[in-house]
Amino acid sequence: MRKIEENIFKGLMIFSTVLISSTLFMILYTIFSKGLGSLTWDMVSKIPEGGFYIGKGGGILNAIVGSLYITLGSTLLGLLVSIPIVIYINIYAKKNSFLANITRLSYDILFGIPSIVYGAFGFAIMVYMGLKTSLLAGIITVTLMIIPILVRAMDEAVRVVPEEMRNSVYSLGATRYETAKIILRQSIPGIVTAILLSFGRAIGDAACVLFTAGFTDSIPTSLDQPAATLPLSIFFQLSSPIEEVQNRAYAAAVVLTIVVLIISITAKIVSKNLSKNKI
Amino acid sequence: MKNIRLLKDSFFSKIFFTLTILSISTVILLGLGLYYKSIPILDSSSLSKLLFSSEWKPFKEAFGFYPFIMGTLWVTAISIVIALPLSMLTAIYLSEYAPNRIRKLVLPLIELLSGIPPVLFGVWGVLVIVPIIQDYLAPHFVEFTTGYSVLAGGIVLAIMIFPLIISILIEVFDNVPQELRDASLSLGATQWQTIKKVLLRKSVDGIVAATVLAISRAFGETIAVLMVCGNLAQVPNSIFDSGYPLPALIANNYGEMMSIPMYDSALMFAALLLFVIIFLFNAISRIILFRIEKRTN
Repeated sequence: MRKIEENIFKGLMIFSTVLISSTLFMILYTIFSKGLGSLTWDMVSKIPEGGFYIGKGGGILNAIVGSLYITLGSTLLGLLVSIPIVIYINIYAKKNSFLANITRLSYDILFGIPSIVYGAFGFAIMVYMGLKTSLLAGIITVTLMIIPILVRAMDEAVRVVPEEMRNSVYSLGATRYETAKIILRQSIPGIVTAILLSFGRAIGDAACVLFTAGFTDSIPTSLDQPAATLPLSIFFQLSSPIEEVQNRAYAAAVVLTIVVLIISITAKIVSKNLSKNKI
Repeated sequence: MKNIRLLKDSFFSKIFFTLTILSISTVILLGLGLYYKSIPILDSSSLSKLLFSSEWKPFKEAFGFYPFIMGTLWVTAISIVIALPLSMLTAIYLSEYAPNRIRKLVLPLIELLSGIPPVLFGVWGVLVIVPIIQDYLAPHFVEFTTGYSVLAGGIVLAIMIFPLIISILIEVFDNVPQELRDASLSLGATQWQTIKKVLLRKSVDGIVAATVLAISRAFGETIAVLMVCGNLAQVPNSIFDSGYPLPALIANNYGEMMSIPMYDSALMFAALLLFVIIFLFNAISRIILFRIEKRTN
């Protein structure tokens, strides 16, 4: 009797493990089989031409470049803010001090705040500062969203640097600032993983940029122009009733999928190197 | 020379400290900013009317969020009902039964799944889940449905929250000391009995925390849900009805809200509502998880 129950549950466990692992492949299969057919060189190398949204020629280069601008800009800005924070809570603040703990807790919470809330908040700031929907507003909002990801992931990477290393650096007479530089160098693989993680989140998020970056058919040339993004380009084209435009949405989805997969897999490989370097 | 080094050290200490404090206050700023923008709507109608009235007529300045709140609750509830048992079984299997090579095969797949952008889940939902519901599932139960329903939203959301629940549960299970399992096994209990009586009982708080985190994740998910839920401002009566969750409402009306002042404020209130609920849920579950980690160290 005990065995039967155990076997039933073991069967259920294997079933759900297989089911959950296969969802990834189901999603990838659907997107690739639908979108590969419409993916042409024009799609990724041209901006929309006249009548693009009723099925005429052109591509989604505007969205690809817009997404890259926003993602690169916000990741750089995010690093500028989050590296000092990670150094502070790991090296300057005392171990398990109140400030360090409350910082970690706040970032855990901020990490859970959905991007639509950041989007609405970014919109409020934008209106307050008198900005229009623009590349800059998009970058600021996405930066707010990815700082928690960067801080959490880098904090994890810095925390695994062995205590002995830190002590030996101190014992050579280094200041905390000099120690921080050495510890950071030691956690470079972890930092790269963090950057890739936030990169993936930033490029795939739609709700943040919906209010703030706007949408345009041209490639932005300055920070105060609106910028198109890949997820929004998929979203808008999919809601069109015209089949050709919908097919382009699937092709755009393939582009986004490939970008995200490359980022995730690179992150995986880099973080494997991280664990090799552990002492 | 020595002085310059020390000066540099204390200089950066101050800058980094200020940055840390400033950045923590983002949490407060987020709440205050959204509250500030929703003052007009809070002044013009009472909180209970906003939350429990079903009348949604922006042009007559009637903003009842009840249908949207119910839409959110339906979608979230469906996703948790689907995701929790499946994720629990998977997490138990991966941490207790699975040989190392299967763990090494499955965990990266789940991690990859967590990196897929919401809009792609939405595309998949539109292409696969909605037609399945429309053609195969719903005809057995109701007369007519487009397939764009709270069920479709719930299923898509469930897949999106699998990775979150599983990764937290595996961490929680790994934190249960091996000695407890050994003690139970050496008393003659089977592995399944050990899981039921020792592992799960020891992890109740962790399971609660994972569930609460998953709920708050499902609460705020926007684009994917927006694409498959149908977006009708009604209170759903069955899982095959269309719904209109709060995040979808905000996202769908961003263009119009500029022109009508009260509308702008109403949508900001919706964002504030999401923020407050998700903030509380996250704070509770993070504190629980923090305690678990502290206990084992």
